[in-house]
This record gives sequence, structure tokens and C-alpha cells, in this order.
Amino acid sequence: MTIMSKHTLSVLVENKPGVLARIAALFSRRGFNIDSLAVGPTEHPDISRMTIVVNVEDLPLEQVTKQLNKLVNVIKIVELDQSAAIQRELVLVKVRADAETRSQVVEIVQLFRAKTVDVSPDAVTIEATGSSDKLEAMLRMLEPYGIKELVQSGLVAIGRGARSITDRSLRALDRSA
Amino acid sequence: MTEHAASPRRGDNPAAHAPGPTTVVETMTGAQSLIRSLEAVGADTVFGIPGGAILPAYDPLMDSTKVRHILVRHEQGAGHAATGYAQATGKVGVCMATSGPGATNLVTPIADAYMDSVAMVAITGQVASKAIGTDAFQEADICGITMPITKHNFLVTDPAEIPRVIAEAFHIAATGRPGPVLVDIAKDALQATTTFRWPVEMSLPGYRPVTKPHAKQIREAARMLVSAKKPVLYVGGGVHKAGAATELRILAELTGAPVVTTLMALGVFPDSHPQHLGMPGMHGSVPAVTALQKADLLFTLGARFDDRVTGKLDSFAPYAKVVHADIDPAEIGKNRPADVPIVGDAREVLADLIVAVQAEYDAGHKSDYADWWVKLNEWKTTFPLGYEPAPGGELSPQQVIERIGQLVSPDAIYAAGVGQHQMWASQFINYEKPATWLNSGGAGTMGYAVPAAMGAKAGRPEAVVWAIDGDGCFQMTNQELVTCALNNIPIKVAIINNGSLGMVRQWQTLFYNQRYSNTVLHSGPEHDGIAAPTQGTRIPDFVLLSEAMGCVGLRCERPEDLDAVIEQAMAINDRPVVIDFIVHQDAMVWPMVAAGTSNDEILAARDVRPDFGDDLD
Repeated sequence: MTIMSKHTLSVLVENKPGVLARIAALFSRRGFNIDSLAVGPTEHPDISRMTIVVNVEDLPLEQVTKQLNKLVNVIKIVELDQSAAIQRELVLVKVRADAETRSQVVEIVQLFRAKTVDVSPDAVTIEATGSSDKLEAMLRMLEPYGIKELVQSGLVAIGRGARSITDRSLRALDRSA
Repeated sequence: MTEHAASPRRGDNPAAHAPGPTTVVETMTGAQSLIRSLEAVGADTVFGIPGGAILPAYDPLMDSTKVRHILVRHEQGAGHAATGYAQATGKVGVCMATSGPGATNLVTPIADAYMDSVAMVAITGQVASKAIGTDAFQEADICGITMPITKHNFLVTDPAEIPRVIAEAFHIAATGRPGPVLVDIAKDALQATTTFRWPVEMSLPGYRPVTKPHAKQIREAARMLVSAKKPVLYVGGGVHKAGAATELRILAELTGAPVVTTLMALGVFPDSHPQHLGMPGMHGSVPAVTALQKADLLFTLGARFDDRVTGKLDSFAPYAKVVHADIDPAEIGKNRPADVPIVGDAREVLADLIVAVQAEYDAGHKSDYADWWVKLNEWKTTFPLGYEPAPGGELSPQQVIERIGQLVSPDAIYAAGVGQHQMWASQFINYEKPATWLNSGGAGTMGYAVPAAMGAKAGRPEAVVWAIDGDGCFQMTNQELVTCALNNIPIKVAIINNGSLGMVRQWQTLFYNQRYSNTVLHSGPEHDGIAAPTQGTRIPDFVLLSEAMGCVGLRCERPEDLDAVIEQAMAINDRPVVIDFIVHQDAMVWPMVAAGTSNDEILAARDVRPDFGDDLD
């Protein structure tokens, strides 16, 4: 029996054109599935950080990281263990809400410590961050009112504690720059 | 001072990252900077064709006394010539083409080099940087196109980057697991004025190939090898690329273990060596295939458990533990889990293993493979490679190839196309030295032979170079014989002409009820002086075609002429020679493991399944 499971990979890459394409192409070529991908700058201008959630068995996960490591622009890959990392997604959702239902919707927003960021006569727009589970629970609660539009970011994650995964890589980069 | 994360391995130019007292800083065009950079990394031969976007580079190339440019007839020829050159010389092969179709014509040889891990740098012109993305004339996103088939690629729009990118490209191509690197340079970057600086400092923070194996893993591997009862050294192309033939032989003779060499490793262990069992895989020898199936230890060195070697993966070598050494960590455990994984350069791995195995012996642990050799020798004696003679008066293709191997010097280099003739050339020529066998193993690129032979001969003019080609393959890339004739590259080409796409025809014979859909090429043997409806038309006439391209064209149709024709070809050294060997159409490649079946189902010949007895399991 094959058990699929989600893994969160933090990938430090050189901030160069085409790097995202290389990574996306590698996943599609090798038949790996990406659940979510988020990319952005880091504290170092020459390094970008990608957070990739993959849904694979253990053995293919090893292939994913080994193949990623072969990309010349990939500096470092760390798998973030769910229990030892903070994982967050952002969702913006436009919910149908008129004078009659608005207060109920706002109550849900407060329950989940989300924010109402825009209001119009027949809708409110909500901003929420949190773990996938929390956001899913909130959306389930909002669904009966009518979700007009939804946009969700990829997951970003960072390890708990004082240690940083970027320290050593940055030193390597400084040496070769 | 600069310190680099990437450690140099081989084919590496120390000048590129060890700033010396003679630092050059000069003002020149991007094109001149490119040619100076190529000279600086030691590129002495470039195969290519000019065109609009790469045109600026060809102007200073004309003045270079260090870089020889060989004008090919098709960019595919340039690419395969670069890989032939690289494999024969151990240096990085270089090809050059213009943007758009010039670059896309390089795609097949780049993919070929990627599959066979050949160090190659492809340089392409690109439309001017402002025109990129506008669907300009002769624009193709060659970096995007070659992303999955290159080890790395670069798009250069800033002329100041040219020296560093060229240094990095050659470094990446030649080190770690070798592979093709493409450098795409925008036309305006070639035309602009810039500063050429050499040496340059490379910036590759993410590129750190591991070459030195773990001592603990080496000790464990040595212990397993010594204590195994039925080990096999399963040797792949990585051993050849690491230049580790000597170390391999020492380890093999120290332990007395049997050796199989894959298609990519032929010549890295002498075929004539008594410990050599032959080639494993779909058309491997019965002893080699069977030894792997019955082994208790696969001692894997620079090989990658390709499906053509393993057959049906879950029934491959079912009793064996696996030691797997490779420079590419991603190969370890990819197809077959490894009990002892070793990441490292094959030469360093073997050198360390020799010491570790000797230490085991010194500690009183002795290996005993005597019972194993009884079986192995039995299989070797019972199932030698062989072939049936062709029916009355016809040439058998295996005999042609075997005689070439016997008559030509053992130092000769052979380049094969893809198909039956390739397998026969792997079986019936004895390879005694590394780099004497060039072929398209992973990609299976028909048409590889002629341009690869050209590249090998250009790189090693003193060597005798034979292309063993099929009539199907030959019709894909024979135009490079013009290049050979014009540039004093006198290769020999043996066309094994059976008038058909023989390997495909063989599968039709075996698996498609002899329905020969589109495998007849019409140029095969005549029967009773009358052309059969499907063959014997001599279209094209390979002798006339070769003569038209400035070669000597010969034909051989009868076994009694065979030696004389080969000797005639051997005597001609001022021009390329092509021999059209008209051979028996129905010859087949045996042994064979049908695709997707277990290696236990190997057939020594049609309907002949070896009986290994029940006691073996």
C-alpha cells in the first residue's frame, strides 16, 4: 500500500531569472505533484526562498530533494517538520453579507481572529492567516453565506527556535560573490 | 581571496579560478571576449554553423589561431561531433549555432549528451536582448527548450558576463556528473564593447559535486564484497568518465570477482579478460545477465540501473544486496534501493576500495568465489555469443562487424548508430581499452555514428576511427561526410545495409506477426538478380552517394570479398571511406530479453531459453 503524505520543503535559491521555471519544470518532468508553492525574497538580496508543499511517498520525496539539489541555482533544501515549524497561509475571501447577515459573518471573523478589510452593502472581504486547518475551518463556517470570490496564498513556513537555515548558505554566497 | 564551494574534478581549467600574477584586462567586443574566453578554457575545436544572431562571434573566430572551427552541414552533426570529440579525448566538446532553427537543431544532440552524461558546451546566438520575447525573426527560447535536457544553461545579455559564464559552463560540463551546458548569447551582447578579464571568479554557490566517498561506507562495501559468495561488479559509464579503468582492474584482480560492463562502459575492462562476463541487459550475454540474476551482491560502480539493463525491475537480481557508488546522489536508490550507498567519483571510490579490501584480507577475512566461478564458467562455456551463418552466399552482418574488429588495430575507435548494428558492434568487436567505443546509449539517437566518428577523428587525428552504421541511420546524418572530406577527417564508415530498419523489423518479426509496417528501406540485397518488390532498388546508391560527397565508396556483397574490401578501406587514409555491406535481411540480435519482461526470460536465440537448473535457486 502506498501512503501519500505532505512534506514542506524550504528551498533557498539564487535570485536569478528563470529559477522558478527550472523548479516548476523539474517537478512536472519527473512527475512530482506540487500542492503549493510560495516564493519571495529573503534577508539576503541574492537569495530567494521557496516553500514547496509536495504530496508524495517517502522514497519519491528523497528523489525530489536529490533532483532539486542538482539544479545549479538551488543552494539549500530543508524539510520542515510540521511539529517544529510555523506554517502559515493567507486567504482573502469575499463573502455575501447584507444588513441581515453581516453581524453573523463578522462574528465568525472575530472567532477566527481574522480581519474584515472591506465592506460593501452586500459583501464583506475578509483577510485571514493561519494554518491550513484553521483556514479550512473558517471557510466551512463562511460557506453557507455564499463565497463570492476566494484567493489563497501558498504556504510559507519557518522553523521554530533560534537556528536559521540561511546562515551558512549566506556565508557560502558571500565567499563566492 | 576567493574560495569556491564547488571542488574541481577533471577537465577543469585551473586558470579559471586561481588568479595568478598574469591577470588580463582588455577592452574589446563581446564577440572577441567570447573567443578569448574559449581560448582561455582550452577549447581547441568548435563544430558549428554561422547565422544571423551568432554572426558577430564568427568574425573574431576567423582570426583565432587556437580555436579550430569545423563547418558542419547540419547543426545536429555539430552536436554529435562535439560529443564524439568529448568521449574520444576526455575534454569538453564544443558546438556553436545561431538562434532559432540553428539552436533547435542542437536539441537532439544535447538530449543525447544529457542521457549519456557527456561533457559538452553548446553556444548559441540569440536575437538582440530588446527583441527577446517579441517572436522576432529566428527567435526561439532555447534556454526554455533545453532546460530539461541540460545540466545547466545560461542566457547572457550583459557582455561583461561572457568570460565568467564561459568559465562556469566548462566547469559545470566537466565536473561532477558530466553533462551538456548551453550558453545562449544575445546578439547585442556580442556586438557591444566590453571589458575582457581573465582569470574570472566563478559564482556557483549551489554547485558542489561530492567526489570523495565516505570512509565508513567504503569499509562497509569492502566488507560485503569480501564476505559475498556470488558478487558481480556491475560497471557503468561513470567508471570510464572518471578515468578509473586501472583502478577497476586492480580491484577486480585483487578480489577475483566477475565483471560486467554496460553498453556505456565497454572497453573500461578488457573484453578478453577472463573475469569479464560481457555486457548485461536486453541484448547482453547470457553469462552477464544470468550472473546478475543469481548474484548475492551487486557491486555497482557508476551505473544507473537503466531499464535496458534491469528488464522488469521488480524481478531484477532478486537475491542481491546492492552496493551503489555514483557521483550523482540522485541515481542512488532511484530505481533500486541501495544497501550501501556511496556518493563519490568512481576513481576515488575504487582507489579507497582497493585499500579497504586489502585491509579486510590483512585482517584474515578471505573471499571465496570458487563455487560461483564454477557456475559462471559453465554459463560462459555453454552460452557464448554467436550467430547463425547467413543463407547461401549472403553476407551475415555479424560476420562483417566481427571481421572489422579482427582486422583493424585494437586501438581503433568505433562509433555506432542505433539499432541492430549497434548491438552487434557491442557484441562482436572486442574492446580492450577505454574510449574506443562511442554510442548513443541512453537516448538511442539514430544517426549518431557518422558525426560522432567525425568528432572523434577531429579530436584524435592519429587514431583509426570506424563508424559502424545502419542504412537507416546513415540516411539521417550522412551529410557530415562532406565535412569530413573537406576538412581532412578521414573516417571509415561501414554501412551494415540490410535494406530495413532492422531492429524495428526484428520486433515486428517477434511481436507483430511479421507484419513489416514501414520498416523496409528498399536498398537491400537483390534476390536471384531480380529486385524483390520490397528491396534491391539501391535507392540511394550508397557508393555513388559517398563518391558524390568526396569519399571513396566501396561495396561488398559476398563473404569471399569481405577481408579484401576491409583491407582496401584500411589502406586509404587521405579521404573518408564508405563501405556498403549488403547483408542478410533477416539476421536478428540475440540473446534478447523482451521489453518489459524479467531477465530470467532471456532467450539465447529464438525460442531457446537457457536451462539453469533448479539447484541454482
